Amino acid sequence: MQKILIIGATSAIAEACAKRFAAQGHSLYLLARNSSCLESLAQDLRVRGAAAVHCATFEANALETHQALLEQVKTELNGLDRVLIAHGTLSDQQACEQSVELTLQELQTNALSVIALLTRLANHFEQQRHGSIAVIGSVAGDRGRQSNYIYGTAKGALSIFLQGLRNRLHKSGVQVLTIKPGFVDTPMTAAFPKGPLWATPEKVAHDIDKAIEKNKDVLYTPGFWMLIMLIIKSVPERLFKRLSL
Amino acid sequence: MLTHGWGRYPLHDAQLIQPHTTQEAFELLGQEEAVLGRGMGRSYGDSALADTLISTRHLNRLHSFDMQSGLLTCAAGISLDELLDVFVPRGWFLPITPGTKFVSVGGAIASDVHGKNHHLHGCFSECVESLELMLADGSLIRCSRRDHPELFHATCGGMGLTGLIVAVKLRLLRIESAYIQQTTFKAANLDEALQLFETHSTSTYSVAWIDCLAKGQALGRSLLMVGEHARDGQLLLPAKRALSVPLDMPAALLNRYSVQAFNELYYQRIRKPESTQRVSFENFFYPLDGIQQWNRLYGKQGFVQYQFVIPKAAGLQGMRAILERISASHRGSFLAVLKTFGAANDNLLSFPMEGYTLALDFKLEAGLLELLDELDSMVLAYDGRLYLAKDARMSEATFKQSQPNWQQFQEIRAHYGALGKFASLQSRRLGLD
Repeated sequence: MQKILIIGATSAIAEACAKRFAAQGHSLYLLARNSSCLESLAQDLRVRGAAAVHCATFEANALETHQALLEQVKTELNGLDRVLIAHGTLSDQQACEQSVELTLQELQTNALSVIALLTRLANHFEQQRHGSIAVIGSVAGDRGRQSNYIYGTAKGALSIFLQGLRNRLHKSGVQVLTIKPGFVDTPMTAAFPKGPLWATPEKVAHDIDKAIEKNKDVLYTPGFWMLIMLIIKSVPERLFKRLSL
Repeated sequence: MLTHGWGRYPLHDAQLIQPHTTQEAFELLGQEEAVLGRGMGRSYGDSALADTLISTRHLNRLHSFDMQSGLLTCAAGISLDELLDVFVPRGWFLPITPGTKFVSVGGAIASDVHGKNHHLHGCFSECVESLELMLADGSLIRCSRRDHPELFHATCGGMGLTGLIVAVKLRLLRIESAYIQQTTFKAANLDEALQLFETHSTSTYSVAWIDCLAKGQALGRSLLMVGEHARDGQLLLPAKRALSVPLDMPAALLNRYSVQAFNELYYQRIRKPESTQRVSFENFFYPLDGIQQWNRLYGKQGFVQYQFVIPKAAGLQGMRAILERISASHRGSFLAVLKTFGAANDNLLSFPMEGYTLALDFKLEAGLLELLDELDSMVLAYDGRLYLAKDARMSEATFKQSQPNWQQFQEIRAHYGALGKFASLQSRRLGLD
């Protein structure tokens, strides 16, 4: 049985992961902004077979509250073997272009708050010398594109932070997994028309579960995104800047 | 958004709203004029189509489970697939299950679906202890066979027209194995097939695949499959990779010759008059679920599934006459299913009645709708009826003649304020305004 912390637990991907972890009989600690959703999810996970489910509300950008909350998690779970960080917002690119405040706000939520959490969590895992840190990034972080580069900037920054952290924690035997989902059919993307490239949160959760099990470093999910991003990353900038992507 | 049922006919431009909580659903209900709940969209025709659809996909939480009694409470949007994933490894199964697990619990109740054990155990509503319904004014009402029984019997099989089913209390079935002991019998014609059903009427599960293009001596040749839950204690199935139909197949691929050839192979593949296999519950109950989006096989135009039941009294003679008409039309499908039903229940619009049912897929093409109208009149002449969850085209007159309870159904809807608030393209077509 693993003791698992899930941050942003009511996001669709995190919820699908939590359901898998519950069925495997692990102990879970859920953090999310909305307390009413959280309680009904916790109850669902208990029915699914979780050894224990705790939950608390959490404000990603209230950085000063993080330390106490993480201590509480470790105490109540009686340890911490795995963390999944899944909170975030899908930035409105056009609105960001007109507002410095909004742009910084998006970077704060999607990058800085995660980096703040990881900074604290890294020390716990480094000392403990085992465990897994899994963070949801995005294929959008692989290359800046005009349609969503604010979101992409945050996810890209996260990706580089995680590379460094992985390098640092490798000698302590701690897994650092960067998860790069492509298009996922979630409430966050409800407004987009869906095509064949879209995946379900359940599929993504399945891939995440397997990647943790196999001690992977970077996960593109579904797997074909690795190929798509390989192509997108290899287009020369002289040409890329002319494309409307 | 262009929306359709599993048959991909008809298409309708609908607004699909996806609330995440009952509270959100309540707020939406107040804003919209007429709405309809929609689960997994697996009914075939237009019964889950309307201008404004409230999707229950995200109302899918489990609430409680009692390991002693097997009583489960959950939100109604959860799929049978998900329930099986959670409960089969723990030794529980659905007492009643349709031929696909990709339906929501709410949808299963609204269509009062049946399974291969209908002749013994009845429709899905038999395992429903109670349900929670959101009425037109947004209020929640719990109904069961004891509380508001008239609303319960109108809602089970009521195609979502009484309100939005939000939560359910179900009774699960204890199993010792995820496998089914299956025996297949060969029937050379319809007479033999119906005889076999009679002989095996005490088997828990029974269903027949029927070759609807066979003629003359071989008319109605079938493979009858009966099954019992195995008792060997193995509850976990090995993981399986799902196949998928990636795009619309050219409709011309399915024609009388290709279907005839398929049917011949499928029938002759079984050599012995009787053979026994051990198969997973997935293979036994949900053979088509292994092929995602199999509805694309019928091409871009879509298809209609036609399922009727005729009373036992009409029996062999009625079934033979209808099969002869279908066989003569050369419009057969390779997925044709024959089954005997047990007695009808007290739900006002439930489909099954004691007798024989036949379900066939027809590719949508010129002349089909005329043929189906002709079949309708044959079914009516035998005092039979059609399955609303499959229907996309029957006339108001056919419906009202074959479902005499429709007036009582309307009275109950009126009493609970559902008229004008919950409606589907189907309900409008059938004169249930």
